[in-house]
Amino acid sequence: MATTSTSLQSRVSLDRRIKDFAFTTFLSISIVASLAFIFYIIYRLYNNAGFLLSWDLVTFFPSYDIDTAGFQSSIMGSIWIVGFATLFAVPIGVMTALYLEEFAGKRNRFTALLELNIQNLAGVPAVVFGLIGLAFIARGPLSWGFTVGSAAIVLAMLILPVIIIITREAIRAVPPSYKEGALALGATHWQAVSKLVIPSAVPGTATGTILAVSRAIGESAPLLLLGALSFVTFNPTGLDSGFTILPLAIFKYASDSREEFQVLASAGSLILLAILFAMNLSAILLRDYTLRKRNV
Amino acid sequence: MSMISNQSQASKVAASEQKKGSNPMSSSTASRKPSEPLKFVDPVFTLKDVAVSYGNFVAVSDVNMQIPSHDITAFIGPSGCGKSTLLRTLNRTNDLIPGAKVHGSLFYHDADLYHPSASAVEVRRRIGMVFQKPNPFPKSIYENIAFGPKVNGRPKKSELDDIVEKSLKSAALWDEVKDRLNESALGLSGGQQQRLCIARSIAVEPEVILMDEPCSALDPIATLRIEELMAELKKQYTIVIVTHNMQQAARVSSYTAFYVTEVNLTSDRRTGKLVEFNETKKMFSTPDDERTEAYVTGKMG
Repeated sequence: MATTSTSLQSRVSLDRRIKDFAFTTFLSISIVASLAFIFYIIYRLYNNAGFLLSWDLVTFFPSYDIDTAGFQSSIMGSIWIVGFATLFAVPIGVMTALYLEEFAGKRNRFTALLELNIQNLAGVPAVVFGLIGLAFIARGPLSWGFTVGSAAIVLAMLILPVIIIITREAIRAVPPSYKEGALALGATHWQAVSKLVIPSAVPGTATGTILAVSRAIGESAPLLLLGALSFVTFNPTGLDSGFTILPLAIFKYASDSREEFQVLASAGSLILLAILFAMNLSAILLRDYTLRKRNV
Repeated sequence: MSMISNQSQASKVAASEQKKGSNPMSSSTASRKPSEPLKFVDPVFTLKDVAVSYGNFVAVSDVNMQIPSHDITAFIGPSGCGKSTLLRTLNRTNDLIPGAKVHGSLFYHDADLYHPSASAVEVRRRIGMVFQKPNPFPKSIYENIAFGPKVNGRPKKSELDDIVEKSLKSAALWDEVKDRLNESALGLSGGQQQRLCIARSIAVEPEVILMDEPCSALDPIATLRIEELMAELKKQYTIVIVTHNMQQAARVSSYTAFYVTEVNLTSDRRTGKLVEFNETKKMFSTPDDERTEAYVTGKMG
């Protein structure tokens, strides 16, 4: 019996097992490291300014008196600007992506050039867009001044290339068999695209857009050039209104010599992080919801 | 000979390719004399010297045949012989591939399929297609069937309900899905999905249904059901089926066309050719061409 016993002991040599273990450990450490970093930031901010968190923070306007100082105008400014930037960028971005993927036809020099430049645009530093905005929108041909409208256009330019790239990916991920099937039923190209390709590309496009927008909401350099004032005691009332944004309000308080205001800046950072998390969470929920709806 | 390609330049290329390609073939087929090509009364398709090319590559050439109405015609042959390409030219699905061109003349009844004034959209409405892999839309069963009628007009809800029920019944799927019309079509089994795709193409009332290896992704039982369905459908529709499965061609079709890939020795180009088109019975018992015999008996391919 002993001679034919089945051994289930590992025959994998020790050094292979060590390598396997080391690699898994390394991956785990990477994850822990990146998470630890964000948790540390939140912990420090909360430790510092957690006691300040109340609705007063979002309902009070900026003030020189610490007891009545808050972030309302900057939160509203950020929402207005990012909202209009999304409104400007999404239709143009989605239509550009649709054209490139569905209607531009065979790849030729023209479309290759377009593609290259969209990739380049996605890599242009934000401050350059700010300068363009300053020269051509706030001043120059449009002369829209330092307004919500100018700022929204600049942020729209900033997120446009990202939206185009993300939407193209989403369109490319739609199985070609949907379109083939629709065309075989006598649908026109546009009917096939609008009834099958676009709806199937919505989840990917929507989540990508939210992620692009959540980056834009923390952007301050280009808006600094567009006259985002740090001390604004009114909410935006329209596209022609002056504005400030949350990152700049934080910066303003942080650079104050009084310590209470520096703590207030920490509280503002917590608000900004909360907005970002909320947006990312909604991106995830939206993706799950649309995917579930697609499978009825 | 009427050329219907948009560029006469390209059709000349194809014509010269045909001449080159025909030389080695004629020597190998000398042993048997092909009988007269089949003629039908009011054929659905009439192909004369049809060739299909992608850029400089000629996928299939010298196809002359007629396809009868209200019957099942099968295209068989080894991979790469151009049978699927040819099927896709019959409803202009091949137009969608960049660089694809059709040469020669291809008539649907008495209308030139590739005439500049012929609309590919209208052609595809009349000549439906069922694909190799079932491709239901990511919508409900009801919306899958309703899709075709909706893109072709604005039917009323009551009309749509009728069309959906009728189409699903014709495709022998109604009893299985009538209680869950609003559930996703993606939840159906592979065989049910393929019958749904057949129902979907029936819903736009085509005259012809082209089937590109419709059973190759299905198990034998699902395949059998589709074959039974085809036998039922041929009373109302003309069916052209491409299949890799010779037994399937023998079981379902009345006529069979056999294609091969020919290698041009001088240019080393591969081009599909129609070897023989005959009644299925004859093809599988006493074919005219020895290559057909070799293929159907399993000596080749």
